Amino acid sequence: MKGYIFIKKELCKECGLCVHFCPKDHIIPSKEYNAQGYHPVCVDETKECNGCAICATMCPEIAVEVYRE
Amino acid sequence: MAKIVFKHPESLKENIFHYCPGCGHSIVHRLVAEVIDEMGIRGITIGVPPAGCAVLAYNYFDVDMIEALHGRGPAMATAIKRCLPDRLVFSYQGDGDLAAIGIAESFHAANRGENISVIFINNAVYGMTGGQMAPTTMLNQRSTTTPAGRKQAVDGYPVKVSEIFSQLDGATYVERCSVSSPAGVNKTKKAIRKAFQCQMAGLGFSLVEVLSLCPTNWKLSSVDSCKYIDEVMSKVFPPGVYKDQTGQSGKTAEARP
Amino acid sequence: MSGNNVIGEAAIRAGCRFYAGYPITPQNELTEYMAEHMRNAEGGVFIQSESEVAAINMIAGAAAAGVRVMTSSSGPGISLKQEGISSMAAQELPGIIVNIMRGGPGLGNILPSQGDYFQATRGGGHGDYRTIVFAPGSCQELADLTMDAFDLADKYRTPAMILADGMMGQMMEPVIFKKPKPRQYPEKFMLRGAGSGKSKFIRGLLLDPVDSEAHNWKLARKYEVISENETRCEEHRIDDAKLVIVAYGTAARIAKGAIKRLRSHDMKIGLFRPITLWPFPEMRLRTLSEKVNNFLVFEMSTGQMLEDVRLALQGYADIEFHGRPGGAVPTPAELANVIARVYEQKD
Repeated sequence: MKGYIFIKKELCKECGLCVHFCPKDHIIPSKEYNAQGYHPVCVDETKECNGCAICATMCPEIAVEVYRE
Repeated sequence: MAKIVFKHPESLKENIFHYCPGCGHSIVHRLVAEVIDEMGIRGITIGVPPAGCAVLAYNYFDVDMIEALHGRGPAMATAIKRCLPDRLVFSYQGDGDLAAIGIAESFHAANRGENISVIFINNAVYGMTGGQMAPTTMLNQRSTTTPAGRKQAVDGYPVKVSEIFSQLDGATYVERCSVSSPAGVNKTKKAIRKAFQCQMAGLGFSLVEVLSLCPTNWKLSSVDSCKYIDEVMSKVFPPGVYKDQTGQSGKTAEARP
Repeated sequence: MSGNNVIGEAAIRAGCRFYAGYPITPQNELTEYMAEHMRNAEGGVFIQSESEVAAINMIAGAAAAGVRVMTSSSGPGISLKQEGISSMAAQELPGIIVNIMRGGPGLGNILPSQGDYFQATRGGGHGDYRTIVFAPGSCQELADLTMDAFDLADKYRTPAMILADGMMGQMMEPVIFKKPKPRQYPEKFMLRGAGSGKSKFIRGLLLDPVDSEAHNWKLARKYEVISENETRCEEHRIDDAKLVIVAYGTAARIAKGAIKRLRSHDMKIGLFRPITLWPFPEMRLRTLSEKVNNFLVFEMSTGQMLEDVRLALQGYADIEFHGRPGGAVPTPAELANVIARVYEQKD
């Protein structure tokens, strides 16, 4: 199963739950800022997303949209 | 062609949550909204927020809502449901709201078997007011009013809401879950759906207690907060189904006056 | 019918379909009447709540759901309801609160008294709000004013209070129930589920000071309109009076009895009886002071309405006071003696 995610960076509050729970290490912290003053997470293109949606399940801000092939 | 498998629920407004990073409220709000969407009941749902961090829940849930005074949500929900028995009425409460100032209202709504659903967010502390001891604060847990940790001699014991309410004959369905892991989140959503289905079928009082993270007042990262729930809170407040009479035919709802 | 039952019957005829209350002497007959009769009214809901606090919050919920609601209690229980009444005022929810007053403060006793005037007219909850307060003086007025209270609470979207006392609650008199007016309460104020439209919410918390100041002024303007239009009072044997008693409720009934005796001795005494305690009929009282110089305020308390009388008269007339607090109820003869002494001093 393949998938991809779209992170709504303006909603991210840098809580780190998605980074921790992603089984594929596909999500990593970033150094950029969003308007709320947080460092939103971003995807690590070198790792694959399998569309499991665990990131979105945990994300309190509903900042992740998940797509599956 | 990829299809979307996770998106923003319809029954939640687009507003950014004012809740802290990693707050369990945000997760549970989403789950409630997802369940409302899936059951197709947005138009007949009426919610009652607490006094607490979630006092502004009406900024998020796109359903009719009425603010209740601190602890009185179940009394309001009782009345609304009695007047509008075909609506889905839920009370959403925190530790102080349900188990301290509001203990009488929640207890008696359960005892009367009111056909409402109560979602109880247990984060073992008073969040909005800055981290004071809650009825659910655990022994030796530090809070702003128990700086040396909760001591049973002067502060008593943590209140085990699910255990207590499951003892009431009027309660039909009582489950405790947690949102500290993906599995926990999924179980919590199932429990919320079951509670709402219990209500729609007229089977009586349902309560879902959710062990929820409060990174700000616990002074832990969100990830460590999840560990705190799994390793510490779950020992004092074990997740599980405490009462489930939804399958029993003897527990049908009487025609409400 | 006895007073407590009259209120219940009037409420049901006025369309009250949700009642929540907790037992407290001397109003239990009202709760019991609702228990028996509300169930027979179509759609009627009766709940004996776990406390007076729960009751006021229940009626607030039912009011939001679009139903005519009522709760009742006595002094200590009304104290418990104050947060809820304040919230109903803030959320602009109509509802009737009945206080059958007893001796106070604290547990007091279960005899009739008028010690809750301040509580009724000065809040008694927190924040800038007023409650419409009716002071019936007879079983007939218990019936009429209860029905009127439902209409006014709806019209102005605000809680209203029936302030009676233990004597009135137990008193038995014949009553004719008037035909109730049809309810006019727009659906847009009711919370019944969003249907297929926009959701709405009812709240009193306004964190932005711009919003909360505006809301407070909106409420204040509403109260001004109520003051201008809904003030009620009775003037009894005023025309040639040299001394006017100011009293309400049971105190006014006793005063009427006393006045009857004193008039038979040619003493020129009248009674000014406020029927709405808020809004207080200050304009009428002030006008009256243009021809009457002596007033005697009589209350079954240590002097609460007395302050409103002083405010209204602003020093333009002499005001004496006679009070019997703590559940003491004078007979008309006893009161007549007191009035006579005051009258003779003033002559």
